[in-house]
Parts: sequence; structure tokens; C-alpha cells
Amino acid sequence: MTESAISIHGAVKRFGAITAVDHLDLEVAPGVCFGLLGPNGAGKSTTMRLLTAQAIADEGDIHVLGHRLPSESKAARLAMGVVPQLDNLDVELTARENLAVFAWLYRVPRGERRDAVDRALGLARLAHRADTPVNELSGGMRRRLLIARGLVHTPRLVLLDEPTVGLDPQVRQELWSLIDGLRVEGVTVLMSTHYIEEAERLADTVAIMAEGSVVAEGRPAELVFTHAGREVVEVYGPPARLAEVQAEAEAAGHATRRTGPAIAVLRAEDLDGRVPEGAQRRAASLEDVFVLLTGEEADG
Amino acid sequence: MSAPAAAPAGTPRVGRLERAAIAGVMSRELTVFRHYWPSTTFSSVVQPTIYLLAFGLGFGALVSRIGGLSYVQFVGTGTVATAVLFSSAFPGMFGGFVRRKFQRTYDALLAAPVDVEELVTAEVSAIALKAGLYGVAPLLVAIVFGLDPAWGMLLVPVIGVITGFGFAAFGVMLSGMVESIDAFSYVNSAVITPLFLLAGSFFPIDRLPEWAQVAAWFNPLYSCVELVRHASFGFGTDDLAHLGILIGFALVMWRLAIRAMASKLID
Repeated sequence: MTESAISIHGAVKRFGAITAVDHLDLEVAPGVCFGLLGPNGAGKSTTMRLLTAQAIADEGDIHVLGHRLPSESKAARLAMGVVPQLDNLDVELTARENLAVFAWLYRVPRGERRDAVDRALGLARLAHRADTPVNELSGGMRRRLLIARGLVHTPRLVLLDEPTVGLDPQVRQELWSLIDGLRVEGVTVLMSTHYIEEAERLADTVAIMAEGSVVAEGRPAELVFTHAGREVVEVYGPPARLAEVQAEAEAAGHATRRTGPAIAVLRAEDLDGRVPEGAQRRAASLEDVFVLLTGEEADG
Repeated sequence: MSAPAAAPAGTPRVGRLERAAIAGVMSRELTVFRHYWPSTTFSSVVQPTIYLLAFGLGFGALVSRIGGLSYVQFVGTGTVATAVLFSSAFPGMFGGFVRRKFQRTYDALLAAPVDVEELVTAEVSAIALKAGLYGVAPLLVAIVFGLDPAWGMLLVPVIGVITGFGFAAFGVMLSGMVESIDAFSYVNSAVITPLFLLAGSFFPIDRLPEWAQVAAWFNPLYSCVELVRHASFGFGTDDLAHLGILIGFALVMWRLAIRAMASKLID
């Protein structure tokens, strides 16, 4: 029996008539990078807020690092770092000052705070901008500083809420490298994202969320094989042709999905000789699974 | 099958109103203050000083003495409360709103091991300390214009901190209640202005109708004015009651501010 870093059973969170988290069950093993993948509104950010007790579940049990929430949430927060989706740095302060405040809040002993701040600045490759006010840093630097702030006390668990949303590809790659480094060091990472590639590259385990609950969970390759098979064929053509291919594939028991101007037929390896004329083969992907299970188009 | 991990041995005990959390949030306030203190100090000191000069020198020429005090002595001590009010209620209202809604600073702090009670306590305490400091400014200006220094005046910063705590909490409470920053216009006109005009800062309360004199006892700023005057010119029999009113106001506003903020910050 392994001990979970995060354990959520039957969590429900309602906002009036809207159920943001709906009987959610989640187990995150220590030392893994766990990806929460889902479209906007799937309940990922609410789940993150439940884990910091900034939202209180209406039903269910939540344990973080052995602490029951919300009653022991402060003790849990002491051992975890949080990187929010929205930038909430103190913009008038320098990078170093931002980190120093949080080193204090995270109870880093006074004599170790300067080293902790320097280490976090180094980790985020911001040492050369340590004394620059935040409002003079680029968007990518501010993101890295947010991550550094969540790591200043060397937490055992880091919650990353959409860590690369809105960033250009180059900055995204830099952050992926930073996040991957955490996993290598044995830090447990729970990362919410709606970027398929991000989940595929970084997460050991992915849970796909839709409408407040997990609809599939596993290693990315397992999820792809289980839900989309090994291969997909894509057929391009006029709408009538696509409708015809879709009807034939579904009659034969194959799931399909629209991919822009084409129709994709999943588990194409089972089509045998029934591959539609002009079809293009490709490997099945996590995006196929995401769209199949959530009914939403994915972001890169 | 997985089970929740056991909490590690040696985990620091975390309880309510922890000193580390409050000091940490206040360290943020201090760090931010180091960046903007010139503008804050300017507005907090100059505004009441203008009141002091305008009323003191303006009305001072018309009014000879009030209750045995020259008008400059009367207004110089009375304006302390105005300075305390302006440097506590407004930062509580506007600062609290901006940090909650626009900068999302409070979200960041609450993701760390800090709870709403500690957050509000630290914010209000930091504002109160500044209010206690700024409250002394009109007194110093009045000394330049002829107010005699007295040992009792050393208590004025303490009176300012207690009063400032209550009004800072009042401001933070409002910042946790309103949905738009524009709503503070109503508070300013309907609450703040009457409070500071009917506190006995610029004219004596005992010249007002009896109902207004009774109402003044429900105005904590009046208690602040009375305590500052009495600290400067000699304490009276009512001063324990005034102190009790200020402490009671501070405690009630503190709890209401925590409740209002919790309702907005915790879903």
C-alpha cells in the first residue's frame, strides 16, 4: 500500500446551481508529476483551490501530505508550494523582495532566508534580475518568478495551475524544463493544464477532467492505447463525404472525431481492409483521447 | 490501493493567530511601504496640516478660546484624530480592495500558511501602526504654532494606534463587502465625513443639540479627540470610558473585517 501525497474522495464543490467539482476521486502518488487535463470549466482550478483550502468542499474527504483538509490546511500549505494561474506578484517589489516575503511566510528560518531566496532565484534563472522591480520583468520572467516563489521553501508538493497559459512557445519550453527538473528531484507535482503537449511531455500520470470529475486516468501512452488505439486515419473531403465516412466508421463500432476539415477514425488498426479511400494514417494521440472524452477541441 | 500520507514527524505546529504568519504578512507591508512611503506620508501629513492651518489660523482669528484652550490648541489636538482616520480608514478600504480584487495579493498570501484571521490582523495592525505615526504630525505642527509640549502627548501615538486599528478594520471590512471600488464614494460621503466633522475636532460638541452630543458618544473618533486633548492638557473622569469605546470599536471591527474578508476570499 503506497501513501498518497494527495488523496481526494467524493469531493463536491458547488457554486449556487453550478457544480464545479462533482464527486471527484483522485490519488496522487508521491514523487510523480500528475497532470490534470481538461477544457476550461472542467473544474481544474477549483480542485486546486480545494487543495489549498481557498475553497471548501461541500462533500467528500481531502488529505494533502497526510493532513486532513480544511481543518489542517495550514500545516499542509506549509509543506507545499502553489503557483497560481493568474499573476499575483507584488509588482512594486523586486524579484528578491517578493521571494523574501514568502520565505518568511513559509517559516524559512531567518538565517537561511537569504540562501533560500538565492537558490530559488537561481532555479528560475533570475539571479541577474534579482533586484529588478517585477513590473519591469517580461511575462516569461514573471512566470518563472511565480514558480520560484512556490519553491522558495523547498516544498514536498507543488501545485501548478496552468503554468504556461498565455506564454510563447520558447518561454513554455523553458518552464517545462524547470518543471521537469522538479520531478527529477523527487518533488510531487500536480499540474493542471489544457495544453495536451504539456501533459504529454511532463506528466507521469494524466487525469482527464470533464464537468467536475475525472473521466479517465493513466499514463499518457496507456490512455491513448485504451481509448484511441494505436492508429488513427484522417479523411479529408466535402462535408457529405465526411458524414458518410463518420456513419460507416461508427456503424462498424469505431469512435470518430472532427479534426478541422477532416474526420478522424480512431482504432484504425482494426479497420483491416475497410480503410476509407484517400485516408491518411497517423499515430493515435492524447489529443484524440481528450476530444473523445471531453467533447472539446484541445489546445496545442 | 493508496492511503493518505502520514504527516511527517517534526512538522511545525500551526495554530490560530500565529506570530510567524502575522509577522510575515506585516513584513510584506513594510517592504511595500519602503517603496511608496514618500507619497503616503505626504498625503497623510499634509492634508490634516492644511486643515489645521485653515481652521486654526482662519477661525482662530474669530474665536478666542474654547474650554480654556486657544483655538490652535483646540484644533491642533483635534486634528490628530482626523489624521488617524484618513491614514487608517482609506488605506483599509482602498488598499484592501485593490489587494483583494485587482492585485490578488490576498490569494497569494492565503496559498501560503496564512489564514484569513492572520491576514486581516496583520494588515490592520500595519495600517494602525502607520496611523499612530501619522497622527503625531498635526500635533508637531501645532507645537510650531504655539501648542505647549506635554509629557502626556507621548501617549498620543498609542491612542492613534488603537483608533487606527478600529478604523483600518472598518475599512478592510468594507473592502470585503463591496463589489466595486466606486461604492466607497457613498461611504466617504455618508459615513467618513460626518464622523470626522462631528468628532469635536473643529468645534466643541457641547455647543451642539443634546441628541448630537449623545450621538457623539457613538462616534469613536470623538473618543479619540477627547483622549488626545486630555493626554495633552490633563486626563478627566470620562477617559476610561473613551478608551473602552476605542478598544471595543477596534475589537468589533476586527472580527467583522475577518468575517467580511473570509466571505470573499474563501469559496
